[in-house]
Amino acid sequence: MGLDFTVVPGHLDIILLGCAWTIGIAVAAALLSFFGGIVFAVIALYAPWIIRQPFRLIEWVFMGTPLLLQLFLIYFGLVQIGIDLPAFVAGIIGLGLHFAVYNSELIQTAILSVDKGQMEAARTVGLSRGQALRKVVIPQAVRDVIPPIGNNMIALLKDSALVSVIGVSELTLSAQRAIGATYRPFEFYLVAAMFYYIINLCMEWVQRRIERRISISR
Amino acid sequence: MSDKDHFVEIRHAQKSYGSLEVLKDISLNVERGQIVAIIGPSGSGKSTLLRAINDLDPLTGGEVWLDGVQVNKSLPHRQYEKHINEMRQQVGMVFQHFNLFPHMTARENVTMAPMLLKGLSKAEADKLAEEQLDKVGMLDRIDYYPSRLSGGQKQRVAIARALAMKPKLMLFDEATSALDPELVDEVNMVMKKLAEEHMTMIIVTHEMDFAASVCDRVLFMDQGVVVEEGPPSVVFKNPTKDRTREFLRKHLAGAA
Repeated sequence: MGLDFTVVPGHLDIILLGCAWTIGIAVAAALLSFFGGIVFAVIALYAPWIIRQPFRLIEWVFMGTPLLLQLFLIYFGLVQIGIDLPAFVAGIIGLGLHFAVYNSELIQTAILSVDKGQMEAARTVGLSRGQALRKVVIPQAVRDVIPPIGNNMIALLKDSALVSVIGVSELTLSAQRAIGATYRPFEFYLVAAMFYYIINLCMEWVQRRIERRISISR
Repeated sequence: MSDKDHFVEIRHAQKSYGSLEVLKDISLNVERGQIVAIIGPSGSGKSTLLRAINDLDPLTGGEVWLDGVQVNKSLPHRQYEKHINEMRQQVGMVFQHFNLFPHMTARENVTMAPMLLKGLSKAEADKLAEEQLDKVGMLDRIDYYPSRLSGGQKQRVAIARALAMKPKLMLFDEATSALDPELVDEVNMVMKKLAEEHMTMIIVTHEMDFAASVCDRVLFMDQGVVVEEGPPSVVFKNPTKDRTREFLRKHLAGAA
């Protein structure tokens, strides 16, 4: 019977709406994973033992279990203890924290590799340790870590398809809905794949721009 | 409590790393406007002593006083942090490896702390940066990042950064040791200028000529003790201790 892409334009509105959701969720989760990663890294390296322990548990949960299970826990599990999150919020939190843990590992290594003299020089002019981290150490660590974090963000975009299972009408679920109406799986999955690819290219472009801006000050 | 006659006073400084004792009961007074050089072989404890003055390497025993206030007084952690940050604002420090902030321009290196800690406005801080960088002859590179500066230029910016906090005391930890020989003079010139302005300075150095020309007093340290101290004319020309003589012979021979 062959491929027939003439069915696609009629359902393009669903697909584009799905794209918008995917981009929105991926961007929000990426920001959460970036800033969450910095917070986790600082806690892992500098917080007192009593604060570090619960975060190690969070880290273990998010690294050692499937993302799909984490999304189920946040969306279906938390309801039982009275936390009823909208599906897209649950998806952003799940994706964001999952990748925050991975980003935290990268940022910790980068913080430790910033020359010790930087902290000393900052303390010497009278900055507190927190100020020195915020103004001097973390900005340097973050710029070292932009390329590997960029890779994590591309993984995040692809894994955002998983939030379809908790009912967020992102790109993958939208494609499935279009397929449900047309019985044309190959065409719509290919169209969805193409959109993921385009979003990916955009993310790489943004990443390259950030890297270029940073390299000016090197 | 404090003997107000002395501007900087180190009393019975002692520092151990485990069983290794790197400072053994050192006492030292520095008066306002004085310039003191600390010389000695590597591992003698001279940098450790210098870094104890602003508590970068905390002492395990003894006291450090600056202008009538004890630097290393025992306080609960939080209060101590606040106290030490205030003390450090009064003490400028210059490092062997400059430790400029590479993600900031020369201007930002100078303005960051005054803006953050003293609440200077952007305009006030810019004016301050221009003044301080002009003083060290780096005004023309004010918007350069450190990666585009030579070692001597970096060190001059680092001095401007320290001066921007208007310190009462400047500490130099082998400020010219990492520089190519032809770049040493430009940094020494800046230090001489500070000496002429009567800045109180404690200088750890390997450069005997420079120490002899600008310092009021020279301390020779070896193995954690002050072996000999006095005016440069005495310590360099007529040292009384064998160890000083031996060190100077080796060092001056090496330099010649």
